[in-house]
Amino acid sequence: MYFKIRIKNKFRLRTLFLFLIIFNLIISTCRSDELNKITFIPHWVPQAQFAGYYVAYEKGIYKKYGIDLTILKGGPDSSSAEFLEKGKADFAIMWLSTAIQKRSQGLKLVNIGQIIQRSALMLVAKKTKGIHKPEDINGKKVGLWGAEFQIQPKAFFKKYNLKVKVIPQTFSVNLFLRDGVDVASAMWYNEYHTIINSGLNPDELTTIFFYDHGLNFPEDGIYTLEKNFKKTPSLSCAFVKASIEGWQYAFAHPDEALDIVLKYMTIAKIPANRMHQKWMLERTKDIISPQGNKSQIGTLHQSEFLRVAKEMRENDFIKSIPDFDSFYRNCFTYAEK
Amino acid sequence: MILSIEIVLHMLKNRGIAFKLIILITLSSSLIFLLIFTYNYYASKRMIEKNVEENAKNLALSTVNRIEIVLRSVQGVTDNIACFLENSTSKKEELLKFLQITVENNPEIYGSTIAFEPYAFDKKLPAFAPYFYKENGKIGLKYLQDVFKYNYFVLDWYQIPKELDRPIWSEPYFDEGAGNIMMATYSVPFHKNVKGNRQFMGIVTADVSLEWLREMLLSIKILRTGYAFLISKNGTIISHYNKELIMNETIFSVAENRGDALLREIGRKMLRGESGFVPFRSIVRGRPCWMYYAPIPSSRWSIAVIFPKDELTEDIVHLSRTVIFLGITGILLLSIAVVLNTRSITKQLREMSQAAERIGTGNLDIELPPVRSGDEVGKLTAAFHYMKTSLKEYIEKLTETTAAKERIESELKIASEIQMGILPKKFPAFPDRTEFDIFATIKPAKEIGGDFYDFFFIDQNHLCFVIADVSGKGIPAAIFMAVTRTFIKAIATPGISPGELLTKVNEELCIGNDSNMFVTVFCGILDTKTGEIMYTNAGHNPPLIIQDGKQVKWLEGERNIFIGAMEQVNYKTDRIVLHTGDALFMYTDGVTEAMNEREEQFTSEQLEKDVIDLQDKPIQEIVDGIMEKIVSFAHSVSQSDDITMMVIEFKGSDK
Repeated sequence: MYFKIRIKNKFRLRTLFLFLIIFNLIISTCRSDELNKITFIPHWVPQAQFAGYYVAYEKGIYKKYGIDLTILKGGPDSSSAEFLEKGKADFAIMWLSTAIQKRSQGLKLVNIGQIIQRSALMLVAKKTKGIHKPEDINGKKVGLWGAEFQIQPKAFFKKYNLKVKVIPQTFSVNLFLRDGVDVASAMWYNEYHTIINSGLNPDELTTIFFYDHGLNFPEDGIYTLEKNFKKTPSLSCAFVKASIEGWQYAFAHPDEALDIVLKYMTIAKIPANRMHQKWMLERTKDIISPQGNKSQIGTLHQSEFLRVAKEMRENDFIKSIPDFDSFYRNCFTYAEK
Repeated sequence: MILSIEIVLHMLKNRGIAFKLIILITLSSSLIFLLIFTYNYYASKRMIEKNVEENAKNLALSTVNRIEIVLRSVQGVTDNIACFLENSTSKKEELLKFLQITVENNPEIYGSTIAFEPYAFDKKLPAFAPYFYKENGKIGLKYLQDVFKYNYFVLDWYQIPKELDRPIWSEPYFDEGAGNIMMATYSVPFHKNVKGNRQFMGIVTADVSLEWLREMLLSIKILRTGYAFLISKNGTIISHYNKELIMNETIFSVAENRGDALLREIGRKMLRGESGFVPFRSIVRGRPCWMYYAPIPSSRWSIAVIFPKDELTEDIVHLSRTVIFLGITGILLLSIAVVLNTRSITKQLREMSQAAERIGTGNLDIELPPVRSGDEVGKLTAAFHYMKTSLKEYIEKLTETTAAKERIESELKIASEIQMGILPKKFPAFPDRTEFDIFATIKPAKEIGGDFYDFFFIDQNHLCFVIADVSGKGIPAAIFMAVTRTFIKAIATPGISPGELLTKVNEELCIGNDSNMFVTVFCGILDTKTGEIMYTNAGHNPPLIIQDGKQVKWLEGERNIFIGAMEQVNYKTDRIVLHTGDALFMYTDGVTEAMNEREEQFTSEQLEKDVIDLQDKPIQEIVDGIMEKIVSFAHSVSQSDDITMMVIEFKGSDK
C-alpha cells in the first residue's frame, strides 16, 4: 500500500524516495574552470512543462552562457521553495502566487523571469451532470488541490456566488472519472489531456478557464534569492536568458524537445507518454507566449502581479502585498543599465 | 484501348490456327480458372472470418470468466470483512488478528487494510489503518496513518469508494515495494448504525497482484502472433505483449497518435462495458486484425483478443498458392495438348495448301496427303482428292473441246479469208477504163460479219455495183452473204435492170430460207458512156451524191424492202445521171452506227458533214478520210460491225 499511491498518481505523485537524479554537466577532462557551477530545481518532475530548461541544458545553451548547470529533480517531496530557502538550489521554478506568499512571509526571493504568462488552471465537468456554465456548479461536489491551487477557484466561487462542496483532490483524476466529484481541478496542459485520453470526448466536457473569468494568475517563474542576485546579477540573468533561449529552441524543434523530455522522464522512471508530452509542450507554448502577447518572454507585468497579490490578500493567503520593484528584477532592462 | 485491341486482333488475324487456338484456349481457361479461384478464395475467407468471430467471442468470454472467478473471490473476502466490521464491536487485537488471518488464508490477496475515518475507531485517534501484507513468505504489519502522515483520506483507494458509497476496483498500479509487480486494490466502504443513522466508518481494501492475470493473458497465443490485451477503466493498457505500452499508453493515446477516430470510438465502447467484433489495426505494428472485446464485469476493465487477418487467411493463402500452381500447370499442359493436336491438324492443312498451290500452277499429277481420319480435316482432304480428280477430268474434256473449237475457228477464219478474198481488192480495178473510177474498202469486225461489196461489168459499157449487209453475224451470215453474192453475179445478165436483178435474187434467196435471214442491198448499173445509173435500194442506207464542185446530197429514190425476207416482191428501179466529176458514196450501217465510249453513234449527219469536207479529194482519200474519222470517233471502243464504204465517180466519156 505504501508504494502504490505514487504509481496511481502517475503524472504527479511519483516518488516518495528522496533521490535526486543529478544531471552532471561534465565534459569530462576538458571542463572549463571559468564556468559557474549552479543548481536549479523545477517545481515538479521532468515533463514538457519544463521542456525549455532540459532542452537548454541538453543543447549546451547554459554552457554557452557560461553556466555549468545541475538540474535537480523536483517533485511532491522536493519543494522548490524549500530548496531555494535552504540553499539547496540556486534557482527554482515557482508559481507567482507561491512566490508572493513566500516573499510576504519574509523569504527574500526575487522573480527574475516570469515564463508562463497565462494561467492553465481550470475546472472540468461532465455535461451529463448538467453543468454547462459557472452557475451550474452551485451545490456541486468540486475537487480542489491544496494551497495556491485554491486561490483562483475560491475567488471564482465568490465572484459567481457559488456554494460548493469542496472535496480534496489529489494528483489523480480518477475521482472525477468515477464521478466521485462533479467538478475537478485540472491543468490545461496535463490533467485535461489525461481526462481526454481516458475516453471522455472534449464535447462531453464543460471547461472553465480562470483566465477567462478575470482570474489570470501567471504561473511558472524563475526565482532566486535576493542576496544571490545582488552578488552576481549577470549570472542570474545569464541563466534566465539561456532558459528563454532553450524555450525558443524547444518551440522551434518540438520533436527534438520531446525526445529530450522523454529521455529525462525515462531516467526519472516516470511513465512517459509521447502524445501526452506533445500536448503538454503545445499547451505550454500557448501559455508562455499567448496569442497577441507582444512582450518579451519572461516579463512580469505589474498589473498581473497586483491582480494575483490582491486576490491573495482578499482570500487571506497573505497579509500584505510585497513591493513589486523589490520582488521583480527585469533581466532585460537590468542588462541594459 | 480499342486501338490496341484492334492491333491484337490484326496480329491474330495473320497468325496460324495453332497460335490462335492456344491464345484462345489459354486465355479463356485462365479466365475461368481465375473466376473460380477468386470466388473460392473470398468465399473461404468469409467462412473463416465468420468462424473467427465465434472463436474470438468464446476465447474472450472464457478468459473473462477465469479473471472473474479470481476477482469475485477477492471481492467476497473483502465484502466479508466489511460485513464483519459492520456487525461487530471488536477490540483492536481481535481486529488485527482477524485481518491477519484473512491475509494469511487467502493466497490471492497480497495485502489488506481496514482504514477508519478520523476518530471512528478510537475517539482519540484522528486516523487508524492497520495494513497486513505478505513479504518474503511472512505477514508484515504497517500502520498507514504513519505512512501517509494521518492523511490517507484523499487517496483514490479511500476517497473514491467513500464518495461513491460503493465498492470499487482501483486502476491497476505498479507496486515497487512488493517487487515492482502490478496490483489492483478492491475497496469496500463500511458503515455503522449510530442512533438509527447509517454512518460511514471507513474502507476495507484488498490488494491483489495482477501478475497471474498478465501471465494468463500473455499465455494466450492466437494463431502465430495473435494475442490478448487488457485495458483498465481509464483505457490504460494493463497487459500487452509489448511492455513499453503497459501503464504508459491508453487506447486513446494510441488513437491520438494514429489520428484514428474509429479506434477512439472502439475504446469508448470498451469502457462502456460493451462487447463487439471489429476490424482493428494492431497497436504496435498497425497490422490489420480482427478484434473481439468484452468487459470484465466486476472491475469494468475490458479484454480484447486479436486475430491477425493475414494469419487467419494463411491456410487459404497456402491452399490458394497450391491451387494457382496446379491451375497454371494444368493450363500449360492444356496448351501443350492443344499445340500437339493443332499441329497434326495444321500439318495436314499445310500439306494440302502446298498441294493446292501446286495444283494452282497446273500440276494435277501431284500426290495429295492421304485421308487419315473421318473428321473435318479428313473430309476436306477427301474433297481435295475429289476436286483434283474432277479438275483433271474437266481439264481433259476442256482440252478436247478447246481443240475442237480451235479447229472450227481456224476453219471459219479460213472461210472468212476466202470470203474477203473473193471481194475485188485491187485498185484501180479497171486501169484501162478512164470514164469512171471506183474504190471500195471493208474493215471487218472481230467476228465474221455479213458486209460485202462487188462490182463487175455485165457487158462492155455496163458496170454493176453492189453494197450489202447481211443480217446477223458469224458463219450463217458469211454463208448467206456468199450465196447472195453468187446469185447476184449469176443473175446479172446484159440488159437486166437492178430491180429485176434483185427481184430474182430475192426469189432465189427466199427458197429454203428457214432461218429468216435477209440482206439490205444497194445495187446499181452504170452506163459508162452516159453516166446514167439504174439503181435499186433494197432496205439499205441511202448513198450520198457528190456533185462535182457543187454539193453533196442524199440520193433519193424508192426504198424497197430488204431481200431474202419476203417472197413475191417486185423491186423497183430508179434512175440518176451522173455528170462528169459526180460521184456516188455508198456505205453500210457499220459507218453511221459506229460507237464511242459514251455510246454515241457516229450518225449519218456527221457522215454527210465529213463527206462535204472531203468532196474535192480523190475518191480513195475520201474513203480513207472517213475511215480515219470513224476510228478517231470510236477511240478505244472495239468495232462491233463491219465497216464498208464504196465510191464510184463518173469521169465522162472520151467521145
